[in-house]
Amino acid sequence: MIREIDERIREIEEEIEALSMKTDDYAADVRIKELKSEKKKLLHQCENLTPADKVYLARHKNRPKVDDYINALFDEFFVQRGDFLSKEDKSIYGGIALFHGIPVTVLGHRKGRNINENMEYNFGMPEPEGYRKALRMMKQAEKFGRPIITFIDTPGAYPGLEAEEHGQANAIAKNLAEMSSLKVPIIAIVTGEGSSGGALAIGVANSVYMLENAVYSVLSPEGFASILWKDSNRSSEACELMKLTAQDLKQYHVIDGIIKEPLGGVHQNPNKVYREIDTILVQELAKYKKMMPDALAKNRYDKFRYMDAGIIEAAKKENA
Amino acid sequence: MYACFFYSYRRIGVREMGLLGKTKAELAKYATVLKHSGKETSEFTDDFEPVVIKERTEKQEDGSVQMITCTSCKAEIPSGIMKKNLCVCPECGAHNKISAARRMRSMVDPGTFRKLKCKVPFVNPLDYPDYEEKILKLQEKTGLEEGVLIGVGEIYGQKAMIAVMGSEFLMGSMGIAVGEKVTHAFEVADKNRLPVVMFTASGGARMQEGILSLMQMAKTSAAVQRFSEHGGLYIVCLTHPTTGGVSASFATLGDITLAEPGALIGFAGPRVIEQTIGQKLPEGFQSAEYLESHGFVDQIVPRSEMRKVVGQLLKLHERKRWSL
Repeated sequence: MIREIDERIREIEEEIEALSMKTDDYAADVRIKELKSEKKKLLHQCENLTPADKVYLARHKNRPKVDDYINALFDEFFVQRGDFLSKEDKSIYGGIALFHGIPVTVLGHRKGRNINENMEYNFGMPEPEGYRKALRMMKQAEKFGRPIITFIDTPGAYPGLEAEEHGQANAIAKNLAEMSSLKVPIIAIVTGEGSSGGALAIGVANSVYMLENAVYSVLSPEGFASILWKDSNRSSEACELMKLTAQDLKQYHVIDGIIKEPLGGVHQNPNKVYREIDTILVQELAKYKKMMPDALAKNRYDKFRYMDAGIIEAAKKENA
Repeated sequence: MYACFFYSYRRIGVREMGLLGKTKAELAKYATVLKHSGKETSEFTDDFEPVVIKERTEKQEDGSVQMITCTSCKAEIPSGIMKKNLCVCPECGAHNKISAARRMRSMVDPGTFRKLKCKVPFVNPLDYPDYEEKILKLQEKTGLEEGVLIGVGEIYGQKAMIAVMGSEFLMGSMGIAVGEKVTHAFEVADKNRLPVVMFTASGGARMQEGILSLMQMAKTSAAVQRFSEHGGLYIVCLTHPTTGGVSASFATLGDITLAEPGALIGFAGPRVIEQTIGQKLPEGFQSAEYLESHGFVDQIVPRSEMRKVVGQLLKLHERKRWSL
């Protein structure tokens, strides 16, 4: 459903743009008004989205990318490249920046806006080198006492021949382990799709936030359907079952908060979302500023250690 | 002191420990060191329960000899011979799958195994259809509570926390129960300053439990990290197959990483990789030997040698004074 609405909105926007070129044309003004009210109606249809709709929006090509977030939220950004072992992986993008005057390390999965960019950034699917680069940046952040902010948006770690040869599993595992004990605050924001260990590898954070229409899951719905039912065409059925929306994950305590999106997705009005993220980051950093380094690591350990404790306890009670 | 000496003498075997030709006094000293390597407090015993490791064997109804087909060379081998050989094919040497219980028995000194107390109730966060029936059936069939069997045992007299994943239990996949048990094992080992010996065999995260199975990766990895920062020794043996969420968490975080010959080890499955890159994978891709040549495995150890090698590794690390 969302696909048709989204396409129609795009057509309307294009038409409005073409019409607004004409000045002093009464008919055009009338048409613009009509189109605008149609767009508003269409956007109101986006109030109740199904999980499959959200997967569509989470992967939308006009959704802001990590560099958009960095440009909008940080100053003095200095990009850092390379894992200093063998390679620069462009699917992870990040560096050092100022956030309201505080130095921070910021990084995230990088997706492209078009096919060429996507080829260059490998569709936001990192190889081991990307994860090692991320770890290098995060270890450095710990050394200089900088908070870490990560943006998650990936279909998963890259399943390629070289990625395996260079130790994909090991690179992800190292990130999970090292991140769990870093002595600076880590805040992660799932902005698009967060799939599998490839997403979690930069997501072991003290606070995890998620955009309203983002999704976060053990693997893509297509992969889920393919593995469990041997049929990747049943992905929309998988979307329903997997509980991958922000609202579901909040209930599991996998995420700490939901960042509201404008109707029809972030790309309808990104600035609103940037402002919201800014407020949250200020709040979170103020909260963690009061904590000692060891307490920060313990806080993160306990978060993941006891994430499922509620569910286990509930099941125990039910059995008893 | 002497009792102590004979106690360890019998169990370890002087020749195997490389102690031949040592004077009596030296041997006695050595024995005391061994005795104190794992402390026993009442708190310690509370964490474990004595059990007999049961192996489920299916008897043929007509009483004839059951034959097992080797997955590699397809030879028909009588089950008794296969069992004695730890499921390694006597014809071609292929390492066939071995049940968790049998592996545990093959590793620990007889009578020393005590199971880790860690009951995790059945949970079904996605309300996945027919999931509970499936788990109950598997528990009945395999005799395992979940995809991993954990306890404390002695290997050549050296106490260790030993965990064995069972690929017979839903491909050893890691859901909340497996993650919880593994994490608890590391915490108990940390508290009691025990080394951890882990045999992995898993298809990865358990899809049926959704995002919470993914979170087990972070939970277990964090537990390994904490254990490791406190100076704990973690020996991993990668067995067939170790892939997905398990290979990308605690399976590849060992201080020492061993692998069984021919085991499939990797993050993504071969089928997914072939689809992604659109070409056939080279022979032996993601095998233990392939990983060894790319620098991700310390040593490949045949199953028959495993107990000896792990014993040796424990011995090489026992003198370390742990610092908290």
